[in-house]
Amino acid sequence: MWDYSEKVLELFYNPLNQGTIEDPNDPDVAVVYGEVGSIACGDALRLHLKIQPSTDSILDARFQTFGCTSAIASSSALTEIIKGKSLDEALNITNQDIADFLGGLPEAKMHCSVMGQEALEAAIFKYRGITVEHHEDEEGTLICTCYGITEKKIRRAIAENDLTTVEQVTNYVKAGGGCGSCLAGIEDILLEAQQSAELVKVAAELAVAQEQRSQTSGDQTSEIPPSFPTLTNLEKIMRIQQVIDEEVRPVLIADGGDVSLHDVDGDRVLVKLQGACGSCASSTDTLKYAIEAKLQRLVLPTLVVEAI
Amino acid sequence: MVTYLDNNATTRTDPDVLAAMLPYLSELYGNPSSMHSFGGQVGAAIEDARTQVADLLGAEPTEIIFNSCGSEGNNTAIHAALAAQPEKRHIVTTAVEHPAILSVCKHLEKKGYTVTYLSVDGRGELDLMELEAAMTGGTALVTTMYANNETGVIFPVEQVGAIAKAYGATFHVDAVQAVGKVPINLATSTIDMLTLSGHKLHAPKGIGALYVRKGFRFRPFLLGGHQERSRRAGTHNVPGIVALGKAAELAQLHLSHAQREAELRDLLEYGILATIPDTAVNGGGAPRLPNTTNIGFKYIEGEAILFMLNREGICASSGSACTSGSLDPSHVLTAMGLPYTILHGSIRFSLSRYTTEAEIRQVLTVMPDIVERLRALSPFNNDQAEWLQERDVALAT
Repeated sequence: MWDYSEKVLELFYNPLNQGTIEDPNDPDVAVVYGEVGSIACGDALRLHLKIQPSTDSILDARFQTFGCTSAIASSSALTEIIKGKSLDEALNITNQDIADFLGGLPEAKMHCSVMGQEALEAAIFKYRGITVEHHEDEEGTLICTCYGITEKKIRRAIAENDLTTVEQVTNYVKAGGGCGSCLAGIEDILLEAQQSAELVKVAAELAVAQEQRSQTSGDQTSEIPPSFPTLTNLEKIMRIQQVIDEEVRPVLIADGGDVSLHDVDGDRVLVKLQGACGSCASSTDTLKYAIEAKLQRLVLPTLVVEAI
Repeated sequence: MVTYLDNNATTRTDPDVLAAMLPYLSELYGNPSSMHSFGGQVGAAIEDARTQVADLLGAEPTEIIFNSCGSEGNNTAIHAALAAQPEKRHIVTTAVEHPAILSVCKHLEKKGYTVTYLSVDGRGELDLMELEAAMTGGTALVTTMYANNETGVIFPVEQVGAIAKAYGATFHVDAVQAVGKVPINLATSTIDMLTLSGHKLHAPKGIGALYVRKGFRFRPFLLGGHQERSRRAGTHNVPGIVALGKAAELAQLHLSHAQREAELRDLLEYGILATIPDTAVNGGGAPRLPNTTNIGFKYIEGEAILFMLNREGICASSGSACTSGSLDPSHVLTAMGLPYTILHGSIRFSLSRYTTEAEIRQVLTVMPDIVERLRALSPFNNDQAEWLQERDVALAT
């Protein structure tokens, strides 16, 4: 039996704001609904909003839900959360806010809170005239065909809830819960998301290790000694290449990225970041400085790294 | 007190069964394998229990192997059947089996076996022509359930067995839901192996038995000591075995009263269908166990119904996706091809000899209001709903 919180059971047995909203034919009142899910999927929510255009705020919210105990409670919670909010405030509400309002949900039921967040977005987009087609275009590749779950939705759930396993993704957005043919695809998305986070960490570690080594340089025997003889241009390039190949690339390759030396122009070292690290702006910066510190220490202190 | 209508999940231990087993949890703690009379008297109790179980099945005592549960019985039977004819690499089963069969078959597919999963029709029944067409000389095993745990639909096992025999295949039957509910006579049967589980017939959990026809070249699954004539190693679960024996004896007595259970089940079915619109009995057209009904309530979801019933102290179950933690609805109802409008909103009520008419009337009293409340919350309320139409079309493509 599911271990539902008191709040979930309270809102299930005595749901607040169930039903639809009549259009009062008032020029300063707009009534709109957004829907998500289907009877085939096992849960569906139609969220009705009464919006005041002059203040861009939600006057009232009602729901109709086909689904389990936690789907009904999540819908009811959502309507309680958004009443009185401006539309912009409402758009900032995450599924976690809904789960928190309920005093938590069993992890396998988190998709019920995601459904609430999506119906809210659908209703507001509809009111603002952002066509559903347009919205869907931006959703990206369809990953889970059983439940119609896109890559964007999966990425969003991963980021907002710090998900790390395929099982969690299934619990939160249902993807992978049907035939299972997309499980490997979900794993790839998770891996990519983790890699961007991981690379930032790796780069930071490189920098820290660098720092520590320079402090205890007396113990270093295997390293090239940090004396900087006058190098010919060719020697300089060869050393840079050696440091990148032996010190930098193994760490990056292990985490799904890579770097190659593009050119050396005086003290400017031009490198090309590849793979997972090339696509993430914050990791690019961190990496650039980490590689730079390494080259400055092991080759020449005046070197500057530029990512191209 | 709860109204317990979930007897296909597990049953209450009969007070007489409990009384029979209690001494073996206290003063009679000897090991039947020991060479002293203190243990030996326990061995005699085990043989008595074996006879009681054999009598219920029309079998001989030597054909009964005690084990721990239905899952063990099913795993053991499949293992033994494949070991008996190792050159054959094909298994025939059905799409609606218990996971203790289906998971083993899926596993064996990865090991190089070929498995045919027979379909069922809208009433949950097999097509014997399909079985016939699936059989080959390389079929090692046909394994089907006697009766389905979700719908109670009974398969024509002797007809299935006759076809299996014609092709030289071993025939195993998972009778976990049937034993004690319908008469079974293995003396005149095509069945080679049959699984039963104690806690489905008013014995406690943790005890089961596998029937193995005399003369079948059985290979054990669990290796170790010489217990059960070296066919199932492991120290005997003496209290459980004694309990299962007593439960089998009582089941035999109660078989003649099964009609009463069927009448109460029918009262529940007719009552719900008569008072609540858009409901249907899943598998209603087929031969069924006397104690089981599976009713689909359109447009609402099963787990929500169960929580509403739970508040009234009524225990039932659902094949809804939301009850299991998986996201897919019952594989049994899905295999029957039921529409989505029913699939997620099906509830199983399973009765026992303890079920009273007052309990059935209690369900009939609360059910209409529960369904009405949930339907009032649902955005779907008829098959013509515009939204539903769009989705069904989208699904069809």
